[in-house]
Amino acid sequence: MIEMFGGNMKKALLLLLPSVVALCAPLYNVMEPRLFGFPFFYWFLLLLIPVSSVFTFLVYKEVKR
Amino acid sequence: MIAHLNWTATAVFIGFFLLVTVLGFVAAHWKRGDLTDLHEWGLGGRRFGPWISWFLIGGDLYTAYTVIAVPAVVYAIGAFGFFAVPYTIIIYPILFVVFPRLWRIAHRKNYLTASDYLLGRYGNKWLELAVAFTGILAKMPYIALQLVGMEKVIQALGFQGEGLWSHLPLTLAFLILALYTYRSGLRAPAMIAFVKDIMIYIFVIAAVIIVPMKLGGYGVIFDSAREAFAQKTAASGGKVTAGLLLAPQQVWPFITLALGSALALFMYPHSMTAILAARDAHSIRVNAITLPAYSILLGLIALMGLMAHAAGIKVANPQDAVPQLFLAIFPDWFAGFAFAAIAIGALVPAAVMSIGAANTFTRNIWKPFIHPQMSAQEEAVLAKLMSLVVKLGALVFILFVPTKFALDLQLLGGVWMSQVVPAVIFGLFTRWFSGWALLWGWAVGMILGTWLAWTPSAWVPVHTLFGSGVAVYNGLIGLIANILVATLLSAVLPDKAHDETREEDDEEFPKGKPAL
Repeated sequence: MIEMFGGNMKKALLLLLPSVVALCAPLYNVMEPRLFGFPFFYWFLLLLIPVSSVFTFLVYKEVKR
Repeated sequence: MIAHLNWTATAVFIGFFLLVTVLGFVAAHWKRGDLTDLHEWGLGGRRFGPWISWFLIGGDLYTAYTVIAVPAVVYAIGAFGFFAVPYTIIIYPILFVVFPRLWRIAHRKNYLTASDYLLGRYGNKWLELAVAFTGILAKMPYIALQLVGMEKVIQALGFQGEGLWSHLPLTLAFLILALYTYRSGLRAPAMIAFVKDIMIYIFVIAAVIIVPMKLGGYGVIFDSAREAFAQKTAASGGKVTAGLLLAPQQVWPFITLALGSALALFMYPHSMTAILAARDAHSIRVNAITLPAYSILLGLIALMGLMAHAAGIKVANPQDAVPQLFLAIFPDWFAGFAFAAIAIGALVPAAVMSIGAANTFTRNIWKPFIHPQMSAQEEAVLAKLMSLVVKLGALVFILFVPTKFALDLQLLGGVWMSQVVPAVIFGLFTRWFSGWALLWGWAVGMILGTWLAWTPSAWVPVHTLFGSGVAVYNGLIGLIANILVATLLSAVLPDKAHDETREEDDEEFPKGKPAL
């Protein structure tokens, strides 16, 4: 598995973290705090999408270097 | 038939439909290549850079059916429909890690399909056949459901009819699609994807701004949706679980459905086709970073299921919720625009899907088993014919078979597709697995997953584990059994077949070092 991420744990962590969080549904399955009227469940999931993209971008920069 | 037609919306709809029809035929001349070669017709000559790939893959994965079905589930039961969001979060790290590798090998060896790679990697044409067969089987209902998405918006335009006549506009649209796909190959959906995606972005952004303005803000939307779900749950006597949050018994299905569907997604021949058509591995990596823009869009589209409640939309079939919401909130011309976006949204994936299925049939079923000496030109001729057959098959399916059947098959399709994950992905990273072991693993996963999905009353997506109250997605249970069988059997049946993709071919494998 190490080989899969070029032997770099940091990269592996960056790639896996958003997915793992996305799968931990009990973490975000709550109403409060609300944001612009959105219950936490909804705004958290929507926000997690760009966050995961940024994490992948960080790995991409490492790979390119 | 057309007495209740919404003329303004229909005119806008037809206008855009004509525009993409012209594009579909013109696409044959774009990035000019020899379309009598399957590599050119079926994979666009692998010439699509980051931008075109973004539109094509995005247009291909986020289908018309998605635009209708995801908000339909949210409209029907609330938070559970949002499983599509974690699902789209998981798929991109997978795309980033796995597919640049597969692309490199496929490019070097001129592989057009996943099964091509498997034949080269494991030298096992039965494994090749198994994966090709799974892909085509899972693909047919998916294409058929694109037609359902299209038909929903055509009905919303006010088109009514009796019997077969009611399907006339759909049949026409699909025949036109079949013709330009036949002529232009993958270039047609790639070009149309530009129009489709821009239209969908416009209609979604307009909806998420204007609908809350008319309904009194997002707070009101969520509150009235909560009210509607509470009433629905109470009225059903607790049989239906609907709510703004996941009920305890929905948590595990939510998690495992997201994970299992994410693993299956890129195994579908249409995803594979769109990814392998990229110009280089770099384009794929860039897309793993930029494609989540579509996921945000999908999340916003899912919200429309809640908006429909706030707008007081009451429909018997949840799939009508979004079209009815648009008719209620927007002027006719914009509703026509949105409906055109959805219908064109069906054309792009339907075209790519039929091409993916045609490539797979030609390369991995016909060529190895019927006519091994096929030239690239003969392959292209057969694949073009197959793309017509596949689309006509999907059309006949929708005209004569109840939609429920297509939905059940689509559900099973996800279960089946996740069973090819070990065969396609594991071999890129390790040499432990042998072709025969993977084939047995596949067979066990297919049978177990399908068996678990069957109950006397209906096909179900999840299975409760050992009376524990934890319900897990059948595709995932099948996949775990599949991996166990493949791992254990590989110890007994070591990989001795010739592997033409060996590491010296792929610079990402460190030289002289074992891969794991």
